[in-house]
Amino acid sequence: MNKKLGVYICHCGGNISDYVDVEKVRQSVEKEEGVFLAKTTMFACGDSNQKEMVEDIKSNHLDGVVVASCSPKLHLLTFRAVTERGDLNKYNYVHANIREQASWAHSDDKAGATEKAIHIVKAAIAKVRYAESLVPIKISSIKSVAIIGGGVAGMKAAIELSDLGCQVYLIEREYFVGGRVSQWDTLFTTNETGKELVTRLYNDLAKRKNITVYTGTEVISNSGSIGDFKLKVKITPRYIKEKCNQGELQNAIDACPVEVPDDFNFNITSRKAIYHNFPGEYPQSPVIDTKNCTRCGACEKICENVDFSQKEEIKEINAGSVLMATGFDPYTPADGEFGYNLYNNVVTLPQLKRMIDLSDNTLKFKGREIKNIVYIYCVGSRQVEGENKYCSRYCCTSAIHVAITAKKKFRDIYNFHFNRGIRTYGKQEVLYDESSKMGDIYLQSYEDDPPVVTSQNGKTIVKINDILTGKKELEVEADLIVLVTGMVPRKDNSVGSLFKLPKGRDKFFNEIHMKLRPVETVIDGITISGACQGPKNIMETVNSALSAAAKSYSYVSKGVLELEPIIARIDKSLCTWCNACSKACPFDAVKMEEDKTKAYAVINNSVCKGCGMCLPVCPTDAINLIAYSNSEIESMIDALA
Amino acid sequence: MADTGKKNARILVFSTEKISDPAIDMAGLLKLHYPPTVYAISVPCSSGVKPKWILHAFEKGFDGVFIAADGSDCPYGESCTEKTGKIVSTTHELMKQKNIEPARLRMAAICSVCSESFVKHMKSFNENLLKMQGV
Repeated sequence: MNKKLGVYICHCGGNISDYVDVEKVRQSVEKEEGVFLAKTTMFACGDSNQKEMVEDIKSNHLDGVVVASCSPKLHLLTFRAVTERGDLNKYNYVHANIREQASWAHSDDKAGATEKAIHIVKAAIAKVRYAESLVPIKISSIKSVAIIGGGVAGMKAAIELSDLGCQVYLIEREYFVGGRVSQWDTLFTTNETGKELVTRLYNDLAKRKNITVYTGTEVISNSGSIGDFKLKVKITPRYIKEKCNQGELQNAIDACPVEVPDDFNFNITSRKAIYHNFPGEYPQSPVIDTKNCTRCGACEKICENVDFSQKEEIKEINAGSVLMATGFDPYTPADGEFGYNLYNNVVTLPQLKRMIDLSDNTLKFKGREIKNIVYIYCVGSRQVEGENKYCSRYCCTSAIHVAITAKKKFRDIYNFHFNRGIRTYGKQEVLYDESSKMGDIYLQSYEDDPPVVTSQNGKTIVKINDILTGKKELEVEADLIVLVTGMVPRKDNSVGSLFKLPKGRDKFFNEIHMKLRPVETVIDGITISGACQGPKNIMETVNSALSAAAKSYSYVSKGVLELEPIIARIDKSLCTWCNACSKACPFDAVKMEEDKTKAYAVINNSVCKGCGMCLPVCPTDAINLIAYSNSEIESMIDALA
Repeated sequence: MADTGKKNARILVFSTEKISDPAIDMAGLLKLHYPPTVYAISVPCSSGVKPKWILHAFEKGFDGVFIAADGSDCPYGESCTEKTGKIVSTTHELMKQKNIEPARLRMAAICSVCSESFVKHMKSFNENLLKMQGV
């Protein structure tokens, strides 16, 4: 127990002392048990005070320090460092927040604020008495990063990490890298196509010796943690030899009797079981999709490069950090949602994008020429009833861009935008202007009064109570209805569960802090980037990929890592191994061990996150969290009461 | 307690470092006032609060205990909401056994920007506790 404590009470200019009588606080705490010195200071964080504190700690051999000032979010680390400079272990420092939680919150009641500040400082003193010197957990870290997902985010992060001299494993579940972007033709705000972007990134990737690209590869297990993730991956072969004769290959594709919907084109076309997606997707090597292949042998007879002897491979990958870049799925409308799967001329925005890319002179759907296109916005986003409350950000811009592209590429296209307010934010606003000038019609409704799609005498009619014309009921006869669908998390996001990655209320992967720690997750060593974290456009995706790469690199660059030693501790003598703590732990940090007398729980220190979920479930109260033990919390309660 | 001219209930808040602490701090920053007899103890996660700590607070004279739950924002995972709820129901049972009115323990999810909601909760909890005491 610490017995020689130093307590500093900050004026914060007048931010604290204008409302809290800091001298009264000082006098009220200086006689507390163990307090050796109690001082007030104009600015505790100021250089001169920091120097004085270092001197005080050293010359008086203080064994505990409290600073009562602003929120610990601002200066906890500052004063921990001061403590350390005073040759005292930094975990003997406790912070008391008397600004945000006393002087400011109760600026209407000076006596009340002062009384509260006294209690808060006393509670901090009570806690610091129990503080102990702790050593950050030090572990070694492998200088390599595994990137899950080979879309633009994954590829860009791989290139960045490679530049930093880090070994990179880029793991893609599909047979081709490029992700969603390879499916897009023209883009905004630059005129490059998605294919061109992917080509540039892939060519850059392919040059680098320290990047290994795995396609057709899924992570099937992970047994490690930060510094040394041990991933097991399953690599599915392409069943085609590397150097493939193009002429023979096309004949083999033609001979394949299997036809399945082509998800590259969002199922508006079909493909064979032996297929390729080039130009546009990489590596430019065809694939036999054995899930659909009937092994009829037709392709084998034509093409000598077909090789069914190739075997599935299980490989182990060790990485110091894992960077998630698994992307999104477009929202699939429910049957009947705005006529989807009910009328035969309702498609989604991604489907229309592929249709435009695949059509040359006229835009046709199911044999019919398209002139009137109705776009219904916010399908699967900003839902009043459904689960997706969020705005998907990219869709307003994308829909308008598509409308302009269609109008420029084909004759006699008329665009009608049934929207809920256009959000072409930032530089994308020029598109809205351009489409308005081209004669696109914008009709708007509120979320509680969406447009209605009906079919009358073989015609599809979309009706809206347009708020831009005083809720006048307007209708358009549509040749094609395009549902402007938002982004949702990947349907198969099991790789996230594998790493126990928390998800937010929108079901996307969750960062620690939206603004201050935007690419870190609570799972140490795992970063998130791109649309797996939430809707983003390509520009935003690349930004987040670069920051995730920098963060992941920081975990592996030094070869050694320091972790906060705030973890759970089990009192073996009290433990009766009932398994409750291990069930409560979301991170698998509790394991059973046995000795001659009994079975008991043991905490894996590098896996425990210090959340404390195991504490209340223990029937014998055998678990305490370091720095939040019974004695610390109960003595704080005593001081506050 | 100093005579501030107005009687307030003493409320202990178990708040979480990553989620509700920022909201409580921001309430101060915005000068959204609530009774100064509200005290917060920070813990990493609301699902790590032990029922015995809550009972200890009542024994020591707190009128009310409020758990600012992480809810679905919990950085440690989705199970937090359910686990924190369980802590509250378990403690409610223990309180009944000790003849402590269960309404003296409250829980609500306070997100990292829910400053106004926090203040609203504190004010209404304070009023309810005072009513229970017949003030």
